[in-house]
Amino acid sequence: MAEKHVLLVEDEPNIAEAIRFILTRAGWNVTVEASGIAALARIAALRPTAVILDLMLPGRSGLEILAELRADADLGATPVLMLTARGQGRDREAAAAAGASAFLAKPFANADVLAALEAIAAPVLAASVLAGSGKAG
Amino acid sequence: MARSALTGTRIRERRLALKLRQADLARSVGISAAYLNLIEHNRRRVSEPLLDTFAQALGVAPVALSEGAESALFEALREAAAGADTTGAEAGALIDPSELDRIEEFVGRFPGWAKILAARQARAAALERVVETYSERMGQDPYLLDELHEVLSAVTSLRSSAAILVETPDIEPEWQARFLSSIASESLRLSAAAEGLVAYLDGIEAADSGLAAPLDQLESWLSARGWHLAEFERPDPPAPADLIAQAPELAASAARDLALGYLTRALADSRILPLKPFLAALAETGLDPGRLAARFGAPMAAVFRRLATLPEGAANLPPLGLVVCDASGTLTLRRPLPGFALPRSAAGCPLWPLYEALARPMQPLRLTLDMAGRLPQRFQSWAFAAPRPPEGSAAAFDAPVLMEAMMLVTPATTRSEDARPVGTSCRVCPRRDCTGRREPSLIAAR
Repeated sequence: MAEKHVLLVEDEPNIAEAIRFILTRAGWNVTVEASGIAALARIAALRPTAVILDLMLPGRSGLEILAELRADADLGATPVLMLTARGQGRDREAAAAAGASAFLAKPFANADVLAALEAIAAPVLAASVLAGSGKAG
Repeated sequence: MARSALTGTRIRERRLALKLRQADLARSVGISAAYLNLIEHNRRRVSEPLLDTFAQALGVAPVALSEGAESALFEALREAAAGADTTGAEAGALIDPSELDRIEEFVGRFPGWAKILAARQARAAALERVVETYSERMGQDPYLLDELHEVLSAVTSLRSSAAILVETPDIEPEWQARFLSSIASESLRLSAAAEGLVAYLDGIEAADSGLAAPLDQLESWLSARGWHLAEFERPDPPAPADLIAQAPELAASAARDLALGYLTRALADSRILPLKPFLAALAETGLDPGRLAARFGAPMAAVFRRLATLPEGAANLPPLGLVVCDASGTLTLRRPLPGFALPRSAAGCPLWPLYEALARPMQPLRLTLDMAGRLPQRFQSWAFAAPRPPEGSAAAFDAPVLMEAMMLVTPATTRSEDARPVGTSCRVCPRRDCTGRREPSLIAAR
């Protein structure tokens, strides 16, 4: 079975810690990145199954990161779960336009993070199983 | 007391209703038919004794001919009806168009109720403005957005941590300690953010106690002074800031900067176009902004402003109204004229030459207008648009050019010319088949 690896880009340490705990217990390998500026480089280096991206990040907004990721030929198909502060309205429209795979509004129930992540990662995981080789070396 | 320019229109309406000829009415009140014609077209004011004579001849109370406040009252009532149309979700709140035609009857029979309704309408409009201001603020204020983000982050963290503790019975002691400490620090953060928000919202309330829009405040101050600033005609005019300092309603409000800009321009205008020579030239050329501008070598805009703010009755001038707008079409100054109502918050009629001038900068436009309304009236208009003289940082070579359009209006005497049909603003305009219409009218029969 392919390794389930998620990169969590979130600047709030307590939120990141809680999400990491929940996902780890569900069998995910979680890497936390607090800086928006370093996010893309981390994605390129780690090549995670999926990314959880906070919209409001210091230094670089989640929207910019998402737009650049989608423009990348190699990494562009990575599923991204966007965490929005206001949940609905303009933020959400902007994130959808930038190519987010799914959204989750803060504050969220713990089970919702896991469910949303599993949902966007499922096609990728299924594809890698069919290909017969996980990305993990 | 200044008499409403509508007096003439009222006399005319009443005379026509009685099927009297101009010559007959003129004879019975002891004036010439030509003079009566000027009065009926609001080109001459009616003196108190003459008004009484008119009232007697026409069989009405003098106040029915002169009541200047009434036209404002009609406008307010139409706005109230328009307001009911937008806000009344249920059809029952809409007014029957046939009742709109009876506004005058309503005002005549229930003047007290009419005034209360108009006052309520003004209050509702002021409150709507406050709500709009607040909602804009809620959507854009960076401090508020930051604080709300802070609250949401703390709540998110609290909710997740608490849920983990509750839902994970077999949690390791280190993790338990970790999430308990999260909860402790996040609750402190949440209470600090909440206190900050409360203090901030208290501050907003203190700062925005004045309800009127800045432009309304400036205009009501100017209107109370008859739109003429006699101080600036003196050889030693006061500084604009000193004049504002003497007007507490301006000094302590958001209208202050607006007033400073207005007064600075007015003072400059009175220097380029000194009152006495200007009135003398006016007596010679007649009401012709172009020739006045040429004679004084003054910008057309200054002549427009000067004409609209002369002392009342000077040079036997008919009453003049002035509207100014910026390149976005937003009205930036409104000196209303009885019969030519100017919208308070909505945009004006797209058929006004004011807007045409914006599209044809530096081209003087002179048009006769037929103003729609309960008492339709004909007006003479002059419109002109030019770049605003740059000042400060706007004076840089490649700074954006800011256009400004102006329109002067005065009651017209002639009935022979073709006139362009216009209105005040779509919502309160009765013209049914209008190419310029952008939203349905409340008054036009549907």
